[in-house]
Order: sequence, then C-alpha cells, then structure tokens
Amino acid sequence: MTAAAATATVSTVRQRPAWAIPAIAVGLVVVYFFLLTFILGLNPQTADHASQIAIQQVANALSIGAIYALIALGYTMVYGIIELINFAHGDVFMMGAFFAVLFAGMGAGSIPGLLHLSGPVENPILLIVYMAATLAVVMPITGLLNLTIERVFYRPFRGGSRLAPLITAVGVSFILQNVALVLFGSGDRNSPQIFPLSWRIDVLGASIPVLNFVILIIALGLMFGLQTFVRRTRLGRAMRATALDQQASKLMGVDVNQTIALTFAIGGALAGAAGVVWGYNFGFVRQDLGFNAGLKSFTSAVLGGIGNITGAVLGGFVIGFVENFCASLGQTKWAEFSVFLVLTLVLIFRPAGILGQQVGERA
Amino acid sequence: MSAVPRVESDKSGKVETPNGARMREWRARITAFAHAHRSWTIVISMAIGAVLLYFWSAFPPFSFVQTQNTWISGFVNAGVFILLALGLNIVVGFAGLLDLGYAAFFAFGAYLYAFGASPFSHLHLNFLLLLVLGAVVAAIFGIALGAPTLRLRGDYLAIMTLGFGEIVPIVFLNAQKYTNGTNGIGGVDRPNIFGFTFPGIDQTAYYVLMAVVITVVMILVYRLLDSRIGRAWAAIREDELAAAANGINTVTTKLAAFALGATTAGFAGVLNASKLTIVDPTQFGFQVSFVVLSSIVLGGMGNPFGVAVGAFILYNIQAVLLKQLNATMENLHVPILQDIDFVKFQFLLFGIALVLMMMFRPEGLIPSQRRRRELHAADAESSEDLALVAPDAGDVSL
Repeated sequence: MTAAAATATVSTVRQRPAWAIPAIAVGLVVVYFFLLTFILGLNPQTADHASQIAIQQVANALSIGAIYALIALGYTMVYGIIELINFAHGDVFMMGAFFAVLFAGMGAGSIPGLLHLSGPVENPILLIVYMAATLAVVMPITGLLNLTIERVFYRPFRGGSRLAPLITAVGVSFILQNVALVLFGSGDRNSPQIFPLSWRIDVLGASIPVLNFVILIIALGLMFGLQTFVRRTRLGRAMRATALDQQASKLMGVDVNQTIALTFAIGGALAGAAGVVWGYNFGFVRQDLGFNAGLKSFTSAVLGGIGNITGAVLGGFVIGFVENFCASLGQTKWAEFSVFLVLTLVLIFRPAGILGQQVGERA
Repeated sequence: MSAVPRVESDKSGKVETPNGARMREWRARITAFAHAHRSWTIVISMAIGAVLLYFWSAFPPFSFVQTQNTWISGFVNAGVFILLALGLNIVVGFAGLLDLGYAAFFAFGAYLYAFGASPFSHLHLNFLLLLVLGAVVAAIFGIALGAPTLRLRGDYLAIMTLGFGEIVPIVFLNAQKYTNGTNGIGGVDRPNIFGFTFPGIDQTAYYVLMAVVITVVMILVYRLLDSRIGRAWAAIREDELAAAANGINTVTTKLAAFALGATTAGFAGVLNASKLTIVDPTQFGFQVSFVVLSSIVLGGMGNPFGVAVGAFILYNIQAVLLKQLNATMENLHVPILQDIDFVKFQFLLFGIALVLMMMFRPEGLIPSQRRRRELHAADAESSEDLALVAPDAGDVSL
C-alpha cells in the first residue's frame, strides 16, 4: 500500500500534463456555479439574484475547501509515509487556531493575548505584517507540536502492532482537545478578524470579500511550495523514498526517522496555517473544532487518494463544495451527513481515491 | 481418606501446614471445575458477585458515599457500560478491528426502544420483543456499515466508524418527525416482563435484569471465543493474509464480529433507554465510544472478564469518584484543590490513561495471554527469545 500510494504520487506527475488538474478543477467550479444558479433560480425567493448568490457561495466553498485541503495534506503525507491515521492532526489544527488567538488576539480562557488585536486593521502594510507574523509564529509552533507528538507517542510503536498506535492516536487527540478545554474553556472564543471584511471586490455583480481571495492565495501558495519541496529538494526525495520502501531507503542512506519527523513537522505547520486562516474567516475558535474538521479533512485525503498530495488538495476542495452545496440549499444540518455519504461512496466504489491507482488494498 | 500429611512445598522450601495444603487442594478443585464447566462458573460467580455487591452497598465503605439505592442505580448504569465493553471487545479485542463509532449502535437500540414503547409514538410494544428487535436492528446497521469497509484495510474502518458515530446522532437530531429532535423522546415505558412492571424508584428489578443479561452475554462471548469463529478472529487479528490463505473467509468473519458487537450494543441501548426513560441525541456522542474503548484497553483487550472489570471501574471513577473528590475537597477546604473541577478533567484523565496504557501496558490490567504475546511481539523479536513472554502467573481469565 505504501508503495502504491507513493507510486501514485510519482506516476500521476508523469502521466498527466501539469495543467490538467488545475484545468479540471476550474472546470468543476464553473459547473458548480451553473448548477447552483440553476437550482437557486427554481426557488422564487432567490430567483432574482441567483447568480450573485451562487458566486458568493463559490467563494465561500473555495475558502472552506482551502482550509480542508491544508489539513488534508498533513493526513495524506503522514499516511503515505507511515500508514498511520494521525487522529490528533485535526486537533493540531485547532491548537493552531488557538495559538493565533493567543498571539494576535485578546487571548483565550485565562491566558492573555500578545498583540491584543480585536478588530480589522485598515492599514494594508500593517495588516500584511500582522498576518505574516501570525503565520510565522503559529506554523513553527504547530509543526513542533506535531513533531513532538510523533516523537513521544508514535515512534515507540514503529514496527510493532498496528492497532496500538491507532488507539494511541485517538488518545492523543482526546488529550489535546481536553487540554484546550482546560486552558481556554468551552464554547466559542473570539478570534480577531483582522482582515477588514468591508474590503470587497465586485465579481459579475456580486461583491466578494477580498479575504476569500487572500485565503485562497495563502493556501495555494503553501500547497505549491510543498509540492515543489517534495518534488525538487533532497529532503523531498527522501520523503518519497521513505514512503516507497522504508527498508530500502535506509540502505540507501536516508535517515528514515528524521524524514518521518520532517513529514510530521510540515503537516503540523500546514495545519497551523489552516488554523490561522480559519480564525480570519470565521472569527471564532472552539476546543472541539478539530474533531469535525479532522474528519472532513481525512475524508478529503481519502477522496483524493491517500498518500497523494495533489489528490488531498483536490479532495479538500471537493469536500468544501459538497458541504457548501448543502448550506446553499439551506440544509446545513445535513452537511456532515453528505460528507460522510461521500466517504462511504468513495470507499465502496473507488477506495484508492480520485487520483490514486486502483490496486488491491488488502494488507 | 486419611488426614492430609505434612508436605514440603517444592518452591519455597517452607513447611506447609495441613491447612495450607487443604486450601491448595480446594483451589485446584475450583480451577479444575472452572475449566471443565465455564458457563456454570460464570453463572455462579456472577450470582455471588451480584448478591454481594447488592447487600454490601448498604454498608461501609459504600454507605459513606451514597445510599444503597443510588449505588444500585449506579451499578445498573455501569452494567450498560459493561455490556458495551463486552460487545466492543468482540470487535476490537477478538477480531482486531478498531471501531470508533460504537455508540451509534447503542443509539439504535435506545431509539428503537424509545420509539416502540413511549407515548411519543403511541406504541407500547412488549419489552422482551423490543430487546431482541433492538439488537437485530443494531446488527443490521453493523453489517450495513461494515460491508463496504471490511474489504479494505483496518484503518479505513476506523475512520468510517468514526464518521458513522458522528453522523448517527446528527441524523437522529435532524429526523424530528421520528425522534423528536433535540428534546428527545421522553416518558419511555419502564420494562414490563410477564406482567411485572419495573418500579421507577427502587432499582432492584433493573439490577437483577442487568445481572442476568450480562451473565448471558458473558457466557455467549466466552463460548464464541473458544469456537471455530473465535479462532478465526484470532487468526485474522494476528495475520489477515495468512488467515485468508488458510481458508478463512475474512470478510464474513469480520462481518460476524461487527454484527455481534453491534448486537450487544443494541441490548445495552434498549436497557439504558428503559432505565433512563428518556432518549436524546446527546447521549450517544463520541465520548461514549471513547469511554468504552478506554475501558477495554484498561481492562485488557481480548479478555471478556478483564474488559467487564475495566468498564465497571471506569464508570465508577467517572460517576462516583471524581464527583466525590470534588465534594470532599470543597468540604475540607483544601487550598487550590478545592477550586479544581475534577469532573471537567475526566476526559483528559481518560485520554492520558489510554495513551499511557497503550505505551506501557498495552495488554491491559487483566490481560488475555494470547493478546499479551501479540502486543509484545516487537519486544520478543528484539530479544529473540519468544520463551520470555510465555504465560506466567496472574492469568485471571475465567
């Protein structure tokens, strides 16, 4: 399976031209837009400005999809390399969102914030500095957190029973969630929406917050950076080699332990970035956020083909759109159900995911 | 027979009294009986345990904490967790499949009973019928959920069940027409067995019913463990490929584990609904699945007796000890400690306990010997001496 996952990463690069997946993605977004416009047009209440609403929903879906995609990358990389579902990953994302509140905001629970920002920052240069600083602080911390989790909780199990690390991962997830509960309290905590929501751009008659574009740019930038890192650098090659065959990589002089630690650190940093962005977009953080987001992001990773980086990104956006579709039709309460339905259908009909190779998956 | 002669103990070299020898002989007899008649042993020990617990709860140290009836009520709730642990143990402990959404099957049992016997639906069906029906419905959903994933690797099952456990309460919440949404179904009928309706305040009837159900489930679980399918589960758990190569149909065998685990949860759900007389979606969150998983890890995966003890202990820590700790600290005005809400920390403690157990004693407090050897396979390989992990003293399995 490791081999299958890793070859999937390699071979998809070779088989398809580089523009194929972005082109398909853009095409799907356009299809979604027309579908939504059509459905909203059927409802007399929304018929007048169906296309405007549809555009807004597309923007929302892209933002939430970008967040899921960032988290899904951590799942897919870790699963690709050591075949472990890191259940604690969603909670690392949640911690990232809290760290952003602690750094930039008013603090949470009994812990005071550092910069004490509470509202929009209208000065563009200052805003960029704040955002960059928050990312620069939060990403290393969550990276380190994930790395520590690997070092302390998962490494002792390497090469042993498969069930034990999985159960441990569930335990770690629960510990993180309850540490957050104890430190920051239950219920929604305010996260500073430092990006002014009044900044909007007109797209085909609908006014879209600039924030949605910024989130997309941050996320896509990080994904592109990751892709380049994995494909072009020495350490990236070591990661791919370890995913293919740990024993052989060891023989070829790859420091497997270090490579796995690096994978966790990168995954954690991306989850931290997702947490920061979440705070900007939604303006609140809660200690049980990681559970749900983690579940959806893992679904994204499976949907895209686990172990496949492009697949995880694509899967994240698809899940974002599925969830948004329910919300657009006023059926938010069924959003989670439909995401779960997607997971079930994928596992039944295409367990290797959209971009994964169809291989026998029995252990 | 003549008087027992003084014998010299071969191990310690101490001279044993005739009394000690007689004790040993009795122990040997009991062990022999337990091995030969396991089901009877379960019945007898459950009966002794249940009666002892029932009467002892009226005396110290139990009586210092709360009244006998409160204890009995708590024991019935603990019984629900014991049933859940026994069922999840089939899935996780016997077959080695990680089910993280076990509370969903519990919910099916509970909602089935609530729908079948409450003023909400104007149905008042027979309790025993619903008990069986609840188990059957849970089993059907177990198969429906297991079928798509059991062909795949175990990890997928974990995430699928996690999702399922998350979705089921949401569906029950949203399907207002049948479940009364957030408010849940209240005023559920108390059990009525052959014309005897269970009283609401005195919990003795529930206690007896629970003891009987646990005994039956326990017997069935032990018999399953030693049957053909029990050995097939062990084979799949240890090496699925090898098991398949030896002619075991891995899909149906895993499905059987899944369905049987769900059945037990269905029983537990019906019993729980009939005791609480209200069913609402918040009772079936991930925390329930987590506590049950923790209790089987704590008790000893694969050993039914161990997981039952684990569930009992964990429930009482959760429901009695932590609350009592709060009250005690407040009464004694212990500085700092009196301000800590221990109940708030319970899941943090469970999480830490789960992780520590998995890291340092994955076989649990009361391990099954086979499971212990599996979980320490890595250590044994490194020391290249499997004999080191041969069974030693302390095997408490019945």
